[in-house]
Amino acid sequence: MLKIVVCVKAVPDPKEAHKIKIDPATKILTRSDVPFVLNLVDKNAMEAALQLKEQLDAHITILSMGPPPADNIVKECLALGADQGFLLSDRAFGGADAYATAYTLAKGIEKIGPYDVVLCGMASSDGSTEWVGPEMATFLKIPVVTRVNEIVEYDGEWWKVKAGLENGYRLVRVKLPAVFTVTRDLNTPRSLTFSGIIKARKKEITQWGIDELAVPEESAGQKGSPTIISNLATIDSKRTVEIITGTREEKAEQLVQKLADTGLI
Amino acid sequence: MKKQPGSVWVIAEQIDCRILDVSLQLIAHARKLAIELETSVEAVLLGDKMNEQTRQLFAAGADRVYLGNAPDLAHYQPEIYTEIIVKLAKERQPEIVLIGSTSMGRELAPLVAARLGTGLTAHCIDLVLDENKILESIIPAYGGLLSIICPEKRPQMATIAAGVFPKPEMDENRTGEIIALEVPDDIPRRIQTLEIIREKPQGVSFESAPIVVAGGAGAGDLEGWRKIADLAETLNAALGATRPAVDEGWAELETMVGQSGKIVSPELYIGVGLSGELQHMVGIVGAKVMVAINNDAKSPVFEQVDYGVVDDCREFVPVLINKIKEYQEKLVTC
Ligand SMILES: Cc1cc2nc3c(=O)[nH]c(=O)nc-3n(C[C@H](O)[C@H](O)[C@H](O)COP(=O)(O)OP(=O)(O)OC[C@H]3O[C@@H](n4cnc5c(N)ncnc54)[C@H](O)[C@@H]3O)c2cc1C
Repeated sequence: MLKIVVCVKAVPDPKEAHKIKIDPATKILTRSDVPFVLNLVDKNAMEAALQLKEQLDAHITILSMGPPPADNIVKECLALGADQGFLLSDRAFGGADAYATAYTLAKGIEKIGPYDVVLCGMASSDGSTEWVGPEMATFLKIPVVTRVNEIVEYDGEWWKVKAGLENGYRLVRVKLPAVFTVTRDLNTPRSLTFSGIIKARKKEITQWGIDELAVPEESAGQKGSPTIISNLATIDSKRTVEIITGTREEKAEQLVQKLADTGLI
Repeated sequence: MKKQPGSVWVIAEQIDCRILDVSLQLIAHARKLAIELETSVEAVLLGDKMNEQTRQLFAAGADRVYLGNAPDLAHYQPEIYTEIIVKLAKERQPEIVLIGSTSMGRELAPLVAARLGTGLTAHCIDLVLDENKILESIIPAYGGLLSIICPEKRPQMATIAAGVFPKPEMDENRTGEIIALEVPDDIPRRIQTLEIIREKPQGVSFESAPIVVAGGAGAGDLEGWRKIADLAETLNAALGATRPAVDEGWAELETMVGQSGKIVSPELYIGVGLSGELQHMVGIVGAKVMVAINNDAKSPVFEQVDYGVVDDCREFVPVLINKIKEYQEKLVTC
């Protein structure tokens, strides 16, 4: 059986994330009740797992690190068709950078047991680093392919995938177990179904903290993060705007005139 | 006595034996950091038959080039590249390692950083030294600019996109030392690149385009997006996208402009149906004239441009295209 782990992240809803601001004076994040949602491209990782399960004898485990409310997104993945879910949640995991996150997730994967494939989204909408997949693979001592946009061959121990490159792609052969980070181009994620939601009610989410994972405190969360935020500055990108008014036709005409005046069109 | 700081490294990148511009831009910036740190600039270059190209690295500001020349290194191979760089870094202990935010860099940088047990900052828009000579990586977040540091672990690592730092002045008379690297023979070969396909990019390229039209979530749907694409075509402009437009599948990831995408320096920028979030706006450097089209008069984008039109872009853009065409025809007949 192909054992698949899908790593997912709860992120502030990108549609409202701009409401989270830092007060430049106090350097404190302005409190806002932006809801957590499943990171968009993680849905493509999830969809890839589901499609593999339709083709092969496979078992899907969901793994997430985050605060307790993140169990909602694990539930969502269970409702989509995953078999079991794990949430790594502990105060001590808070403030983790990509390195500490990857380390903790790798420890979680090792504790879950044998696996063949680890799938994650290419990046999270709130961090956008693309580091977690490759760093996790490093801690697991297995290969990684990032930005996968097509799984070409998936039977046997060696897989063939296409991964995005500037203006093209690379065709890569990779030996399992391996980590794949996927892009939005890989597939079209399916939607939740009512029967899926009902079935998921019976599926359990296991929550592990720092003790269960046996991660030393100095390797987790902020303490385990090599990077820290040292400063916040405001920037002044302001220009004085001239708002062009009138009917639609007039506005278009005036704008063309302004552009023509610059000599750029 | 104070310990001599390690060098500032740039992991240079070549595609088909051509050194990428971003590598030269980073070397020139590394030079500035190295002067402040009183240390040297070293580049690592992996490829096949790359001796000649090292001259460009010296001309841009490198003092020393670690050169791996082997058929096996001709193109990026994650396991071998990582192994060589990690081994060398452990030996030479650089203070700072900079890598371009290219598709290679985005994968190689975290592989190297995790192996070295050190921190890595993503897609920075500036790199400076603080009063303790610690590297500050600047990234936009939460409506401001964050400085991220890696206070204890070494090297301090960062990725930076092409165009963040200017084109370097090349000093063809500069030379330096070349140190040949061995390709280790005990490398696991669990990933094999079978083929690299590069297609000719579609549309106008960002690098050369004097005009960039960027579209955002306000396009509404693919039909709305096509109108923005038509505007770009009419102006012979490069077409950029915000992240939501990429997420919706209207635009390719490669066309995303901003902190985690492309950095562009057009003379004229026209942002259509986008809100002017910092992570997007930092992707536009030094534009002479900036225009925004947005249906919300209170949108923050209007504080960052020279000309604004408050209107529904789906209605306005086709009208604008017609007016531009009329103007263009007049030019031809004059
Ligand atoms: C770490 C990190 C990195 C990021 N990197 C990038 C990056 O590299 N590039 C990037 O673009 N984003 C990036 N983002 C996302 C960024 O923060 C914003 O979410 C994004 O730029 C917003 O895109 P938008 O303006 O298209 O969408 P929105 O913010 O949703 O704005 C849509 C705008 O369209 C207007 N509108 C709606 N309908 C219409 C209409 N019919 N006609 C005219 N106007 C209309 C609205 O008034 C609104 O102003 C990053 C975020 C994070 C956290």
